[in-house]
Amino acid sequence: MRTAFIRALREAAATDDRVFLLVGDLGYSVVEPFAQEFPNRFLNIGVAEQNLAGVAAGLASSGKVVFTYSIGNFPTLRCLEHIRNDICYHQADVKIVAVGGGMAYGSLGMTHHATEDLAIMRALPGMEVIAPGDPIETTLATRAIVTRPGPCYLRLGKAGEPVVHDEPPPFTVGKALTLSRGSDVTFVSTGGMLAAAVQAAEQLGQTGFSVGVVSMPTIKPLDADCLRAVAGQCELIVTVEEHNVIGGLGSAVSEVLVGVHGSQVGLKKVGVQDRFYEEIGSQEYLRAQTGLTVEQLVDAAETGLAERRLTNGQPEKPIRKQRESATRGNA
Amino acid sequence: MVSDTSAVSELARKIRVQVLRMTHKAKASHVGTSLSIADILAVLYGSVLQIQPTEPESPDRDRLIVSKGHSAAAVYAALAETGFYPRTWLDTYCQDGSRLAGHVTRGVPGVEASTGSLGHGLAIGCGMALGAKRGQNSNRVFVLMSDGECDEGSTWEAALFGPHHRLDNLVAIIDYNKIQSFGSVKEVLDLEPLADKWRAFGWSVQEVDGHDHGQLLDVLGRIPLVEGRPTCVIAHTVKGKGVSFMEHQLAWHYKSPDAEQLREALQELEVRQ
Repeated sequence: MRTAFIRALREAAATDDRVFLLVGDLGYSVVEPFAQEFPNRFLNIGVAEQNLAGVAAGLASSGKVVFTYSIGNFPTLRCLEHIRNDICYHQADVKIVAVGGGMAYGSLGMTHHATEDLAIMRALPGMEVIAPGDPIETTLATRAIVTRPGPCYLRLGKAGEPVVHDEPPPFTVGKALTLSRGSDVTFVSTGGMLAAAVQAAEQLGQTGFSVGVVSMPTIKPLDADCLRAVAGQCELIVTVEEHNVIGGLGSAVSEVLVGVHGSQVGLKKVGVQDRFYEEIGSQEYLRAQTGLTVEQLVDAAETGLAERRLTNGQPEKPIRKQRESATRGNA
Repeated sequence: MVSDTSAVSELARKIRVQVLRMTHKAKASHVGTSLSIADILAVLYGSVLQIQPTEPESPDRDRLIVSKGHSAAAVYAALAETGFYPRTWLDTYCQDGSRLAGHVTRGVPGVEASTGSLGHGLAIGCGMALGAKRGQNSNRVFVLMSDGECDEGSTWEAALFGPHHRLDNLVAIIDYNKIQSFGSVKEVLDLEPLADKWRAFGWSVQEVDGHDHGQLLDVLGRIPLVEGRPTCVIAHTVKGKGVSFMEHQLAWHYKSPDAEQLREALQELEVRQ
């Protein structure tokens, strides 16, 4: 995703001389081409994220579109109040970009896991929050936010995420991307979990379930219209995020669903269960600790659906196989 | 715009009078810190800053960020007294529905940045100064800071940045009244040797009496003091300056003058009742 991001940003900067890129002493082997092409619009601020946010706000006040770039929690939580006061309150044209969303920096440990960032950025007035699902969404999101005024948080994975979309979808900030529709279950995914959600849907589809997938790259403003429609079309929504289930996509979706009159749709939130990882391991390993593997998502959908039908007192539709207990670690 | 010291002195006096009236009416705090910078503001708004009250958004204007946002009363008074908006606005300070908050807040003509949390202004100023340099604009950026906010790490992040990027259009003015929120600077977290610290970070440093209009006009009229370097003016000041019973008193960081105290204070400032 970071490769797609920097390529799109270079393209934008070539035609829009307002575009600046400020980095917090990170971006090795990623941002150099931008720095070489636009030396007057690139700056390494140093290991000083509060200054990164403040300088960006001051620079934006002179009509620039300023991207700040770092990894994990450094460009967000480390300088949170500077983002709140200097960027958001001033409606500054600053786009905060974090590489390493979720557990992308797996074995580097909990300091490098960004698993509360979506919740915290989402709570800031005026801040838009985008977590693209694949490199194509990353490119489209980057292009879109250059010309969209005001603060934005762009949360990326790292590198090597699979391309999910066959061709560029019609991307608009604040709009969901419906990949498929299903009458049993719909996976609503944000960020780099999209590929796993699509694979889980395919597996379920092969065993007779009708399963849809919605990619939700924009978490704020959330596409409530899409969610209301999905709620009327299927029995269960499964939100999928590499993030704490508190305050992220699952929370945002539930905030919409409680307001849908007469909705009977069930909601299962798959994500980090309000914890830090003391286990050491790769992103893949930590996803497995979280219930975010393809097989675990299949489990979550099946058990969620079975529970839903039991609760609603419906005659049980055939479920591929019975599970003894709820999937590990899922809400 | 005024240029002689007598006119600056009169502006400083008016700022002090308004600060006392505003904090009395609003029962607001931070009167001591507002009196502390009255002379600095009078010199800046009265003479140094290239600004037009009728065109507060003019792109080539000088910028002043008052990073010590709690001295809002003095800033609002200075802006009203120099014609950015009617003096009657000052009567609404901290009142319900007012535009004038207890900390410097945007949306008021002449205010460049909202402040109130300490340690934010210098970084924003660095960004503005960098924007001017990269855009080849000639405007200058002044950041008025408190001594207390030199405790903040973010201040020193920005202090490293300014000289590294040769921002000689940037001026930090430190209101060094030597009293912070809960005690003297020396007791709470000693900043000395303060001038040496800024010099070591690469700033061109000048110490002045922050109540001497001649000294302030002289140094602020020679920016940049050294080409290629930002300027740090350490202004030695007295908290509560101009009202004898408020000077050097921590309590006036919190108290507001009652009717009798207001009368006495205004008398000292030679205001006819």
